[in-house]
Amino acid sequence: MNQEMIFAGFGGQGVMLMGQILAYAGMMEGQQVSWFPAYGPEMRGGTANCSVIIGDEAVGTPIVTEPQVVVAMNLPSLDKFEPHLAAGGILLINSSLIERPAKRSDVKALLVPCNDIAKELGNPKVANMVMVGAIVAASGVVKIESVLQVLAKKIFKNKPEVMQLNEQAIRRGMACIS
Amino acid sequence: MAERTFGRPEALLDVPTHYCPGCHHGIIHRLVAEVIDELKVIDRTIGVASVGCSALAYDYFNVDMVQAPHGRAPAVATGVKRVHPDGVVFTYQGDGDIAAIGTAEIVHAAARGERITTIFVNNAIYGMTGGQMAPTSLVNQVTTTSPYGRKQDSAGMPIRLSEMLATLDGAKYLARVAVNNPANMAKAKAAIKKAFEIQIAGLGFSMVEVLSTCPTNWGMSAIESGTWMEKNMMPYYPLGTFRSGEEVAK
Amino acid sequence: MSEKILMKGNEAIGEAAVVAGCRHYFGYPITPQSELIEYMAKRLPQVDGVFLQAESEVAAINMVYGAASAGCRVMTSSSSPGISLKQEGISYIAGSQLPCVIVNVQRGGPGLGSIQPGQADYFQATKGGGHGDYRNIVLAPNSVQEMADITIEAFDLADKWRNAVMILGDGALGQMMEPVEFKESSSKPVEKSWAATGRRGRAKPNIVNSLYLQPDLMEKHNHVLQEKYAKIQAEETRWEALNTEDAEVIVVAYGITSRIAMTAINKARANGVKVGLFRPISLWPFPSQPLAELAKTAKAFVVFEMSAGQMVEDVRLAVNGAKPVSFHGRTGGMLPTPKELYEKIISVANGEGGK
Repeated sequence: MNQEMIFAGFGGQGVMLMGQILAYAGMMEGQQVSWFPAYGPEMRGGTANCSVIIGDEAVGTPIVTEPQVVVAMNLPSLDKFEPHLAAGGILLINSSLIERPAKRSDVKALLVPCNDIAKELGNPKVANMVMVGAIVAASGVVKIESVLQVLAKKIFKNKPEVMQLNEQAIRRGMACIS
Repeated sequence: MAERTFGRPEALLDVPTHYCPGCHHGIIHRLVAEVIDELKVIDRTIGVASVGCSALAYDYFNVDMVQAPHGRAPAVATGVKRVHPDGVVFTYQGDGDIAAIGTAEIVHAAARGERITTIFVNNAIYGMTGGQMAPTSLVNQVTTTSPYGRKQDSAGMPIRLSEMLATLDGAKYLARVAVNNPANMAKAKAAIKKAFEIQIAGLGFSMVEVLSTCPTNWGMSAIESGTWMEKNMMPYYPLGTFRSGEEVAK
Repeated sequence: MSEKILMKGNEAIGEAAVVAGCRHYFGYPITPQSELIEYMAKRLPQVDGVFLQAESEVAAINMVYGAASAGCRVMTSSSSPGISLKQEGISYIAGSQLPCVIVNVQRGGPGLGSIQPGQADYFQATKGGGHGDYRNIVLAPNSVQEMADITIEAFDLADKWRNAVMILGDGALGQMMEPVEFKESSSKPVEKSWAATGRRGRAKPNIVNSLYLQPDLMEKHNHVLQEKYAKIQAEETRWEALNTEDAEVIVVAYGITSRIAMTAINKARANGVKVGLFRPISLWPFPSQPLAELAKTAKAFVVFEMSAGQMVEDVRLAVNGAKPVSFHGRTGGMLPTPKELYEKIISVANGEGGK
């Protein structure tokens, strides 16, 4: 079974990196993975999104059209991808920037105040890491240990001083999902 | 014992050329070959022929040669030189090749300071295709594609390539010479030698523009074309050095 | 390197080229292949290689022409509009029989087109593209791992046949990330006694040339080329067949489209439809023979492409009227969805697609 996910937000929110971290963590666990960006001029300041597939089956198309998980970091992303979410899927909403609730009642909507938590932690840049923690807790698609390993070994290999803050952000995000 | 004082340069093959009587290509080939001999680089020289009358230069030089697409010789030479940085790489191009279709390639090879030498033969006309107007054809010059003479208001003024390239820092040596008399031939050879030396020293791009006749397509005898070149080409294309190489000698 | 890493297809081609011993790259930026030129800019200096950003695609392919003439392994890459600009040089490379690797990360066209994935350069890649009678070996990977493996193989094939090898990808394959592992290249350097290196003690000059002013000699040279192409057709045809043994419907697709098709095929299989995938990996030489074999057992073929219908012509030639061949394509940078391909498979299976 493969988990198909879409990560969306505006350019600069780090949604591409969120997807890559998850894909990398899946790969480290020996799962089949793919990461596919919607690329184009709209990536600069407009909406950005990427498809991530993780699971035990060979990946066919890397482009996700009926996701089981949608991560919306801003309102346009929620408007765009909520309708495509598979019934019973997980909808993660960045409630710091999105005021409306989910419209669908056949999905599991979860609110994560990413930017507020990041601000509490003293660095607005880690809002995406808060969401990474929430995704892991909500979907179980990869283990938290794998994510931390990816951050330590790949993403922040040359910046070990930021690891602690990012781990804190991830753990706060996990705590949002009960 | 008599001493042999004149013969075919080793860098030139013992074959008849296809060049027309009175054309200067043969002289220019010889001067390039003499320079290759004198610098003792025949074993590491790679020439790049272009498209035009000199397309068959690979049949005449006794060195490895690559035949390039029209105008692209400086790019091809760049590829060759980057693989063999110890090689001595030269392009041999006419005015249509270098100053029309190949303008981008020559400008950027010069701008990069590519360690190659370009021999640019300017005869103010397309020779191989039968006498059409070149970017270097003079105002009022009659050609098969300017039958009423080149008109400035539609074709603009002829391009002075050496002067144009002299604005580029990567071009370390730029000279315009002629081979219409023995004195000019001696100066031309000295310029070609200097250009090769600049390359061998790794200083940057070098080019020698050689004014040439085209009796066939100018519709003149060899002697008439020599006079025409002196009276019409030399005033517009003054002989001289536009970058001396001294700037980099220190 | 044997550890799996997550990489974009564009970057995987770059690393694979380095593994294959390519130390010279000439290119010009264009979306969606720019990660490749950027990768080479960063990577080649680390291995004492030469990276040069040319003034144009035209200059870049001619630098490739020069570097290949000089005897080294060399690569260039671009996307559709840039590959059009390279066609002059590619024809000269064919005429002079020079080995090199050319990557086309296709986007939507014609004209400046779109920057999203396309497959509309199939004709250009496989039927010549430039002037004259010539063929490039054209390889079409469908995963990031295969992009790496095919790139390494492409350099070997180029040297083996003294021929250009084109890797025909698309924006999706170039931009997507998947795990990739780089195996050591087992290829040995090929002696290139024909190369223009400077004579270096050799008695006679080497000349790299595509000009034959005498037509009888030009024809003779063409015969040499055609004999070579015939051998390549006999020896280098590559394809993959999945679930075709019992298949009544054969889907033919290459590159990213074959991945999307696989998702649709799996769904159709789950619903009891006997459908399989035939994936040409070498687009030239085209795997006509195995397709003709399948025409004996299958009931119908359907071709999926991101074009208005290009490879479908080769499929029809291979099937040669034995069975109906239908087509579904998207153009302009639009990717087909698994759903639309599934629906097409079902309609063909129901005998509705035999046009």
